[in-house]
Amino acid sequence: MNKREFLKGAVVFIPAAGVLGAVARHAAGKETAAKEPAAKQPAAAPNAKNGYEPSAHYYGMGIDIDKCIGCNLCAVACKVENDVPDEPFYFRTWVERYTITRDGEVSVGNISLGTAREPMREPVQDAREVVRTFFVPKLCNQCQKPPCVQVCPVNATFTTQDGVVIIDAERCIGCRYCIQACPYGQRYLHPKTRVADKCTFCLHRLVKGLQPACVEVCPTQARIFGDLRSHASRLVRFRRLNKLHVLKPQLNTDPKVYYANLDGEVR
Amino acid sequence: MRIPEQVKRLAIVIGVLVALTLVARFVLIPRSLTSTSLHWSLTTQRESAKPVKFAGSTACQDCHDDIAAKKAKSFHRVLACEGCHAPSVKHAEDPSAAKPVIPRDRTTCARCHAYDPSRPTGFPQINLTTHNPLKSCSTCHNPHDPVPPKVPKECAACHAQIERTKAVSSHALLTCTTCHKAPERHKTAPRTALPSKPDSREFCATCHGQGRAGTPKEAPKVDIATHGARNLCWECHYPHLPEGRP
Repeated sequence: MNKREFLKGAVVFIPAAGVLGAVARHAAGKETAAKEPAAKQPAAAPNAKNGYEPSAHYYGMGIDIDKCIGCNLCAVACKVENDVPDEPFYFRTWVERYTITRDGEVSVGNISLGTAREPMREPVQDAREVVRTFFVPKLCNQCQKPPCVQVCPVNATFTTQDGVVIIDAERCIGCRYCIQACPYGQRYLHPKTRVADKCTFCLHRLVKGLQPACVEVCPTQARIFGDLRSHASRLVRFRRLNKLHVLKPQLNTDPKVYYANLDGEVR
Repeated sequence: MRIPEQVKRLAIVIGVLVALTLVARFVLIPRSLTSTSLHWSLTTQRESAKPVKFAGSTACQDCHDDIAAKKAKSFHRVLACEGCHAPSVKHAEDPSAAKPVIPRDRTTCARCHAYDPSRPTGFPQINLTTHNPLKSCSTCHNPHDPVPPKVPKECAACHAQIERTKAVSSHALLTCTTCHKAPERHKTAPRTALPSKPDSREFCATCHGQGRAGTPKEAPKVDIATHGARNLCWECHYPHLPEGRP
């Protein structure tokens, strides 16, 4: 075979190989098969089978600081439900203890830290020095203008129709921009998958008509979950009956996690 | 006009390149990379398909309706079953496959009820080191209907010291009337109409007698025929704090 014949053969072979390879992938890959029907009607497709309509919902959460007893059940339940690593510094939700002393000092501790799923209880301070002390549960605020979504260079994270910011773990490249961008520190890099991970309001439970795991186990109903589109959800009632606050309103992120009885010191 | 040979060859090369690009764009690149709506719906689908671990309290009520009815009237009415009994979707799907945890230690209740200064005022809290140390919470409290052991106000008004002592003893759950019959007149003339005291060894033996049927298993047992034969039980043991040495 001389050089001319080789080049001629190559001109035919390379595109043919490409087409054949693609056809083989078409046949083998289930992803294309699953994709095609979904492509036609992306809106209702995800869960059309059990009658869940994402565009009919818009989820939010209410948190009543006065009711939180700092039992840490929410953080524990979240780790179980969402396979969050057990190490005490990976959280989708956690509980902070604020202690404001007489001299104006504010100390914040994460009680979800600690070992063996036991909340960390620091030694009791001198009660005479403490002015106020309370717990603040924190979770992804599911912002309506999410900074984390804006910075993603590969569009791996986005807001679903039901108002939940989720991450495509298969597209995320683990660049950590979103972790930096979140003003609430709600994202972490999953040590196994090496992609960003965060609270999804337990989307897989919502589509089955269940509440998020943290809301399910909360013993004092400090966490209220509901649909902002509905006229009679518990969250709508919560929003009507309480004076509400969101975290860092000056950042214009428009969070959908509403805090009642929030102290001015909470950041 | 004759097209020069070089142009023809160039056209073939360009044609091949265009074909390659088209193949890459429409066949090799997955559609979810080029269509945002498809990508979003696929991601949502994947996220929604994740397995659920907490079955939810409504799933528990279907079978355990007796406990659910009791709990619905108690202080613990808003507690989720799986908060204490651990996530149990496997048990909900197939009750024989997996059993939920029944916490009998002191740490489970302490998660909420151990004293913590940051907890809201009025929330029932205990000091774990002084509150009946080493005893399981469920000895005195029923977690599905948690009421603190209470002495009737009529008795506690005068016998407050006995009330406080009894509340931390293993007899905390016994009511006063288990052992004492107080005549109605005792309230108006306490010294002339005295309440009764157990007047036989048989009375204590209904719980503490060795080899008796129907005795509570947590009560310590003695052979009533040989144990301290000449005395009534309460002449040596103080029934309001039986842990105290005779």
